[in-house]
Amino acid sequence: MPTIHYIHPDGQRTTVEAKPGTSVMEAAIRNNVRGIDAECGGSCSCATCHVYVDPAFFARLPPADDMESELLEGVAAPREATSRLSCQITMSAEFDGITVRIPVKQS
Amino acid sequence: MSGRSLPLVIVGASYAGLQIAASAREFGFEEPIYLFGEEAHAPYQRPPLSKGLLTGKASEEQLPLRAAQFYAENRIELVTGTRVAAFDAVARRVRLANGQELDYGWLALATGASCRPLDVPGAGLAGVFQLRTLDDALSLKEFAHGAQRVCVVGGGYIGLEVAAALRAQDKQVTVVQGASRVLNRSVPAVLSSFFEDAHARHGVALRTGRCVRAIHGQAGRVAAMELDDASRIECEMVVFGIGVIPNFQLAAQAGLVISDGIDTDLCGRTSAPRVLAAGDVACMELPLWPGAPSRLRLQSIQAANDGAKAAAATVVGRVQPCESVPWFWSDQFDLKLQMAGLALPGDQVVVRGDMASEKFSVGYLRAGRLVAMHSVNRPAEHMLARKLIAAQARIPPAQLADPSHDLKQALAPAPAVA
Repeated sequence: MPTIHYIHPDGQRTTVEAKPGTSVMEAAIRNNVRGIDAECGGSCSCATCHVYVDPAFFARLPPADDMESELLEGVAAPREATSRLSCQITMSAEFDGITVRIPVKQS
Repeated sequence: MSGRSLPLVIVGASYAGLQIAASAREFGFEEPIYLFGEEAHAPYQRPPLSKGLLTGKASEEQLPLRAAQFYAENRIELVTGTRVAAFDAVARRVRLANGQELDYGWLALATGASCRPLDVPGAGLAGVFQLRTLDDALSLKEFAHGAQRVCVVGGGYIGLEVAAALRAQDKQVTVVQGASRVLNRSVPAVLSSFFEDAHARHGVALRTGRCVRAIHGQAGRVAAMELDDASRIECEMVVFGIGVIPNFQLAAQAGLVISDGIDTDLCGRTSAPRVLAAGDVACMELPLWPGAPSRLRLQSIQAANDGAKAAAATVVGRVQPCESVPWFWSDQFDLKLQMAGLALPGDQVVVRGDMASEKFSVGYLRAGRLVAMHSVNRPAEHMLARKLIAAQARIPPAQLADPSHDLKQALAPAPAVA
């Protein structure tokens, strides 16, 4: 199964396996990774599952749609060039090994 | 008090209950935590029940709010399928339905709300559904496979979301709404007509200003619905979403002060010492927002989570009043409605953007300040509105109405007067 590396604000790293088709947000919730709140449960409504994607992977991801881009304007931690909402990143073999940094706050 | 470590006992294992437990641990609470839920399931997400779960976009496996190891890691004793029958606020003891008793150091009531029952002849027929729990949703979904015509009673959020989800699966859907317009309790007429038009365009039949007189059956199953104008709508299935009743019986029996729900202050404290409440059952004080009522029972995930955090802070002796701007959302067809703040009758209603484009916001001004905003397919504007409302930003109506005017300017401090 593809793996996801989450890097916490304190530098700690958590690696989990994610079933293809699940989102980076879901994998975090299912594996008890802290710091991804996902208050709306993945319906792209709340901007509390913000992550910074490793640039190498960011370039390969399907780009954010209008809704996600707009919501990213409202994230609680600073928005960076590789900011995404993790509920909108769907895992597949192609993204095996993706690394995402978790911001200091989500709300 | 003796040196005995007394637990935090939480009644109700949904958003508020879970968040109280999680935040209490995060804030350093060391005593045992019991989280009692009546349902067989561990805490799960509810919004998809009326949206993605019905359309097949979301599955049951995606719903748990937390992984099993979360409870173990945080030493939260999750007890599902268990009802708390009563508590004694003086002896500080709860009694479970099975007779077991448990002393508490803190008690948190997060008992939620129940669907207001549909009180008409035929409401007991097979094919009549309410929608509150995962089990409700799963049985509704299964029955819908074999149904082609569905009547939805209630034109609130649940009713409209279910109508949209079932319509997306090509069911023939009729919505019956007692009031003269849909969403009448939460949005102004201009937005009601927008949503009525959207549903009509997607093929949902709408009967406003009409009530259900009876549901007629055949061989024990729904066959038709009769309205108060004696008209009949043939259908195999009825879903009702006509509001909820907060579950405050436990609190009332124990003598707590109840208004629309269990009264609490901004820190989640009820009228009884060491008893807290949060979520749909709590009628929480509001911060001093000009024109707003002194307390309100807000029913949303945001209110549940933020109320729960305030209550958890109280448990560890911190004062962290809940002062966040309320927000909420609803997905219907390809329309994302996001609401921020608290709109009240009498507010100045300003439409921002072209409603026909299905991307616009409706702002509400009270004494010149932005107090609420309803956005359709405008998530950035919604996020900004939450900040503007929190800042009680003054925005001239003409600027609010002009989509080319950048509202961020209203967040910036006023320029110094020379």
